Amino acid sequence: MVTSASKPLLVVEDLGVGIRTARGTFQAIEEVGFALDEGEVLGLVGESGCGKSITALAIMGLLPQPVARITGGHVWFDGTDLAALSNEQMRHVRGDRLGMIFQEPMTSLNPVYRVGDQLVEALREHRPLGRGEAWREAVAMLDMVGIPAARDRASTYPHELSGGMRQRVMIAMALICRPRLLIADEPTTALDVSTQAQILDLLLSLKRELGMAIMMITHDLGVVAEVADRVAVMYAGRIVETADVFELFRSPRHPYTDALLRSIPRLDSDLDRLVAIEGTVASPLARPSGCSFRDRCPRARSRCADAVPPLDPLAPGHRARCFFPVEPGARAVEPA
Amino acid sequence: MTALLEVKDLKTYFAVRSPLLRRKVGQIRAVDGVDLRVEAGRTLGLVGESGCGKSTLGRTIVRLLEPTEGQIRVDGVDVTRARGRDLMTMRRRVQMVFQDPYASLNPRLQVGDAIGEALDIHKLVRSRGEKRERVATLLDKVGLGAEAMARYPHEFSGGQRQRIGIARALVLNPELLVADEPVSALDVSVQAQVINLMRDLQRDFHLGYLFIAHDLSVVRHISDEVAIMYLGRIVETGPKTTLFAKPRHPYTRGLLLSVPVPDPTRRRGAHAPLAGGLPDPADPPQGCTFHPRCPYATELCRLERPELRPFGDAQTVACHHAEEVAASDPS
Repeated sequence: MVTSASKPLLVVEDLGVGIRTARGTFQAIEEVGFALDEGEVLGLVGESGCGKSITALAIMGLLPQPVARITGGHVWFDGTDLAALSNEQMRHVRGDRLGMIFQEPMTSLNPVYRVGDQLVEALREHRPLGRGEAWREAVAMLDMVGIPAARDRASTYPHELSGGMRQRVMIAMALICRPRLLIADEPTTALDVSTQAQILDLLLSLKRELGMAIMMITHDLGVVAEVADRVAVMYAGRIVETADVFELFRSPRHPYTDALLRSIPRLDSDLDRLVAIEGTVASPLARPSGCSFRDRCPRARSRCADAVPPLDPLAPGHRARCFFPVEPGARAVEPA
Repeated sequence: MTALLEVKDLKTYFAVRSPLLRRKVGQIRAVDGVDLRVEAGRTLGLVGESGCGKSTLGRTIVRLLEPTEGQIRVDGVDVTRARGRDLMTMRRRVQMVFQDPYASLNPRLQVGDAIGEALDIHKLVRSRGEKRERVATLLDKVGLGAEAMARYPHEFSGGQRQRIGIARALVLNPELLVADEPVSALDVSVQAQVINLMRDLQRDFHLGYLFIAHDLSVVRHISDEVAIMYLGRIVETGPKTTLFAKPRHPYTRGLLLSVPVPDPTRRRGAHAPLAGGLPDPADPPQGCTFHPRCPYATELCRLERPELRPFGDAQTVACHHAEEVAASDPS
């Protein structure tokens, strides 16, 4: 896969997050590691509870403390270990070199301030600009994210905008300081497909224009296939497979990834029955020993209960956390 | 042949009232003249984006909302204005499955009681034992097992709760299930389980489904026939294979092209197929309501609303330019 550059911008190493609950403390994520190059799009995929959002919050220093805290590992961003920064230091990085957008724009937009004012505030937090100059920047940014009549819209309140427009405002806010990395947590999940297509187009064109990298967190394999250069699949708090997007969809090696790809109904083929993954994800307080997927895995043998498999390289750039990986290119269900 | 469900020119309007004096200042035509049929043992998939009126249509059909005009027939019997005993009889035949079963399950009621409740209301069992037996059989049927009876909704995962919701809908032995986004809150792996379950139950009980969803891939998988809805009206219908292979309405075509395919070798490319968004339903565009977003729109579309008309062997389409859309097929 060709990416615009190959210097890692973000390197996550061995990251762990513990969460305290009334029923005890558990590891929400463990041994999470991946790298993201400049200008690259990484898709972080998994089902609810797999730890993908916790990973994002840990990188951004937004874990709900003291309930959740980083228990180990590093987050190297542009040469700095974000995991070691104080809250104060982190505030200078966040919103400046590191932007983020979430699923539900209304939770991150302040309903009582005009859209333009919120952009101005986000910009002046990090740049020594006067109000007038910042307002002009804000309008330019709203225009850049495709909001029609940006000058007028800057004076409206969030509730006056449609869902798709709000998500555009969110993106404008995240990008107003021209970040090197945008972390997008399910940015299109609450949107209709036609609006989703518009927002994905926008993100990709802004990425090219601004030369930023994107970490796209999603449960939707279609979205990943559409936008990602590389993919990391998470299951029960760990990364179980990572590969170039073409390689991953052509030849998934972890039985979970393989099963996930078979379980989705597709627009481009007719199957009589979907291949469902039996059972459910184990509660993080009661994960099975060894491989967390083994109780749902058709390939599991006794060895899988003894130890957590390492994230082994199986091909250049392709790793899977499995003792008995799926044979390369063995996908039985091919699109028609 | 009499259809299991036949809906004719159905309309559900909501009044828009001024916040202060509650005076009627306008109306939203959430469902605005819909015709559809569901045959016994078959699935009609109803697709549309949020705000198109598909949920309102579903709720009107099961009579949770009062229809403004039109007709709803279940097996030939007009139930549009059914009251009292007639409504009870209709409810026994037509049941609903909701997106979020947790919101529709009483958290303080054991699962067995929640499912069995309707049997008491409709006086269909003579003893507690008979009720227990019926509920246990159903729980088995939906893959939960009788031991679920004495547990509470919060003890179950999302997929299991949807199984409970389905069991509750089936307890009266209905012929038609109206399922409103039944799998859209579930993770993909669990979604597949519930879809497979619904297909098995359909075969075993010869159920008709009105399957309402926004996810085109799911609808394609489960449906026999498909209807596409836009701003309160059906804009296209057809057997699923034909409709998905040869969409004749520009909206259907745009919708299909918008779905991201889980295959990176078949990326859509740069341009979003549908520009703009849903217009204000309180003030819909004149003529064809889709014309402001439509690449085929002409003067005619701005003036005259296209009626649903037959196209080809099995499709119907509400578009003045369906022939043109067909001619531009990329085949």
